[in-house]
Amino acid sequence: MVGSWHVGTVVATNTETPTGRSIVFDVPGWTGNLAGQHVDVRLSAPDGYQAVRSYSIASADASERVQLAVDKLPDGEVSPYLVDDLQVGDQVEFRGPLGGWFVWRPTDVGPVQLIAGGSGAVPLVAMARAHAAAQSNEDFRMLYSVREAADAFFASELQSLANEHFALDWIYTRKAPEGAARPAGRITADDLARLALPATSNPLVFVCGPTGFVETVASQLVELGHDPQRVKTERFGGK
Amino acid sequence: MQPIDGNALAGPLSELFRFDLTETTGECRHCGDTTVLARALVYPDPSGYVVRCSACGDVLLAIVSTEKRTWLDLSGIAGLQIPQ
Repeated sequence: MVGSWHVGTVVATNTETPTGRSIVFDVPGWTGNLAGQHVDVRLSAPDGYQAVRSYSIASADASERVQLAVDKLPDGEVSPYLVDDLQVGDQVEFRGPLGGWFVWRPTDVGPVQLIAGGSGAVPLVAMARAHAAAQSNEDFRMLYSVREAADAFFASELQSLANEHFALDWIYTRKAPEGAARPAGRITADDLARLALPATSNPLVFVCGPTGFVETVASQLVELGHDPQRVKTERFGGK
Repeated sequence: MQPIDGNALAGPLSELFRFDLTETTGECRHCGDTTVLARALVYPDPSGYVVRCSACGDVLLAIVSTEKRTWLDLSGIAGLQIPQ
């Protein structure tokens, strides 16, 4: 499975943000994936030119349906096609599921803190879904940083998952909704101290987002006493 | 250019290894830091990848692909622990 390419056919798309959407593919032979894994997507032009990019998987179940969510990079080669042009019935090639390190398994024991920047929420949404599907009693918290409310992927679904075992908090970096207690601004160590599970509870922490965001958060977590070995990061480059 | 994480290499490395190399623990030959390859810093470029130690920044491995062959340089890794 891994290492070989197979074909996925688009069965549904949904606009998630002004620049991003989610896409569901039917992938015959797909045997499911762990929450947090990714795929390599390969596009081929008629002249033979190929481009490969990695995308996190938002779904985490054993079906042959694979959901990705993609944010359009202004100067991107692949993401504008996936967000603006790809239509139901179109096909792309997949390799995966990939990566066994940035994953959460329903059998994992202990509290988990998820920290997302922008479309970095995608693999963490998969973990929140897997946590809900397994009816896990492990303490999950998610801290999701977006420019403004409209930029959040899977916002209403995440809100609906909130319960005694899953807490969801937002950081708005450019424009906070009316009535928000916290003014808009980039995430700070104070936000993490206030809204994330404390180092004393020794949570496993997953951080995903643009490289700058991930590096800022990871170093703040270590300053707050978190064990660097318990902080797992997935940087996707960019700004 | 900003780096990404070693776990992004799971796909390209799956063409070369029968196990997930990103889950293996490697020792940096330069500074001795020993950690899972998924934590290394990856600098992609059109012809391949340069992978640097997250502790000292020196090169752990490089992958360069041409039409005819892939060149894999593992000279920055002193050893790998592969989960059974």
